Amino acid sequence: MSTAINNLNNKVVTTESAWVRYLLTGLALLLIAILLIVPLLSVFYEALHQGWGLYKDALIESDALSAIQLTLIVAAISLPLNLVFGVAAAWAIAKFDFKGKSILVTLIDLPFAVSPVVAGLIYVLLFGAHGWWGAWLMDNDIKIIFAVPGIVLATVFVTFPFVARELIPLMEAQGSDEEQAALVLGASGWQTFWHVTLPNIKWGLLYGVILANARAMGEFGAVSVISGHIRGMTNTIPLHVEILYNEYNFVAAFACASILALLALLTLALKSYVEWRTEQQAIEDRKHAIEAV
Amino acid sequence: MSIEIRNIVKTFGEFKALNDLSLNVESGELVALLGPSGCGKTSLLRVIAGLETPDSGQILFHGEDTTDRHVRERQVGFVFQHYALFRHMTVFENVAFGLRVRPKSTRPSDAEIKRKVHDLLQLVQLDWLADRYPAQLSGGQRQRIALARALAVEPKVLLLDEPFGALDTKVRKELRRWLRRLHDEIHVTSVFVTHDQEEALEVADRVVVMNKGQIEQIGSPSEVYDTPASPFVYQFLGDVNLFQSRVHEGWAQVGSAKFAATETSEHATVYVRPHEIDLSRIATPGAISGTITHIRLLGATVRLEVEVPDHDVVEVELTRERQQEGAWQVAETVYLIPREAKVYATV
Repeated sequence: MSTAINNLNNKVVTTESAWVRYLLTGLALLLIAILLIVPLLSVFYEALHQGWGLYKDALIESDALSAIQLTLIVAAISLPLNLVFGVAAAWAIAKFDFKGKSILVTLIDLPFAVSPVVAGLIYVLLFGAHGWWGAWLMDNDIKIIFAVPGIVLATVFVTFPFVARELIPLMEAQGSDEEQAALVLGASGWQTFWHVTLPNIKWGLLYGVILANARAMGEFGAVSVISGHIRGMTNTIPLHVEILYNEYNFVAAFACASILALLALLTLALKSYVEWRTEQQAIEDRKHAIEAV
Repeated sequence: MSIEIRNIVKTFGEFKALNDLSLNVESGELVALLGPSGCGKTSLLRVIAGLETPDSGQILFHGEDTTDRHVRERQVGFVFQHYALFRHMTVFENVAFGLRVRPKSTRPSDAEIKRKVHDLLQLVQLDWLADRYPAQLSGGQRQRIALARALAVEPKVLLLDEPFGALDTKVRKELRRWLRRLHDEIHVTSVFVTHDQEEALEVADRVVVMNKGQIEQIGSPSEVYDTPASPFVYQFLGDVNLFQSRVHEGWAQVGSAKFAATETSEHATVYVRPHEIDLSRIATPGAISGTITHIRLLGATVRLEVEVPDHDVVEVELTRERQQEGAWQVAETVYLIPREAKVYATV
């Protein structure tokens, strides 16, 4: 009730005049239309305007299939790795005090700050034929560059901050009282994590994973440097799209691009759902807290 | 089970939280650790629980050294100031947690757990809330659930960290009486931390007054209140008026009043509690004259502020009846007659 009254007052006192509001809203909508909606629609238009048949053929063609497969494999390997690293890093930062903590926090953000191309180059420098460990790897017949392991490494690097970034503020806000309570009650570290910490962070964790997944599947720069663009072997979807486009095969390029666009839409939908769930939880908590008092 | 604390030292960086502190808690006792914030009382409690490791010193439970034992093996119950209930579990699951995480060999059966949890919820009189979540409870209810959860593992020692600190005054008073009755029922050795002297005096068998990482005094509530061992204890346990004075031939003088100074020192401070002062309109020997500047009504009592020349403003507390009998007015001259006073040498 009181918030409703407040809102009413706010409207009268603090709002801008009508034309300012319409102008700003209109501008924002126009920008979104030009920069986001039209390109997105054009992807689907270009992919489909010569009919379903061509669209389908472009997707079930063997190189496209192998690109899709590789993208899925890379995401399937890098996401669990990221999940473990991210939770471990967030746990360490949020629940413990140690020397060099601020350095660790900065390092976690490094992949956001560094250009993905540079990230890819670093791995080429380390594992490439003329790199630091290249000779040793060759002798032992281990392939990292221009192979799946390299692509996974590059993807893990660029997606590293997503999970940790999402969890650190959440875990810091929740403090470690509940974990201490669990320990005093006789729970082991693993039981505490599984029954107390994880349920408290699950929505934040899911949110981080969704974002990391979108990035993992869409990553171009780092993967492009390290993969070697071998058709049917080391091409992910974004790389495949580029090759097709350079070959003037627009329908196929846009068909593959449409998969990424669909993935983006799906990610947005999931993200909204998770946000909505988190918010519902918060509202419910508040409501009950007010009722209880 | 008794607790013996021997020469505990705990530092946080430069800050000495506990400075060579020793204390014995008898089996079945309810002891209050009382002191201002930063005095080390919470650190001491956490060291006893095993949530902090002391730099040196020993903790003995029932004569057995437990200093190096892990917190989950100490069999203590700990109640946190902000409850620390598991937010995603129901009240029932919260209380059952300590039983469910036991290794299979010692874990009770589901039926056993169910019976035990309901017994505990009955003990804290909240049986009807078993299916609720912590967010759906009031502060007082949450703290009682936290207590039931701590008791579920049948702790040898119950430790409570400012258990009523986050509650409003009325609930706090109810809960501390309830805690006292509960302790009389179950008799588990308990230590609770508080900064509220009223709470400590009302609930505890013994009060440990702490200051700057050390113990100032240990005693029953009446001992620490009636015979404070140091100026700090006197000041911390209730309001007090201070009179700085010179000592002359063994007597500290305030106006025409004289107080016996036991220690030989040139300067002394006389401590008088506001409710231990009588008022008179007639100058009597040993009275301190002053002028009433304010009269404030504080519920059942009335507080008068009296300006005494050469000293700070003196507070006098009267019952309402005595204020009505005396009909004291602002700006009139009165004579203060301390019934009780304590003199400490000023260093």
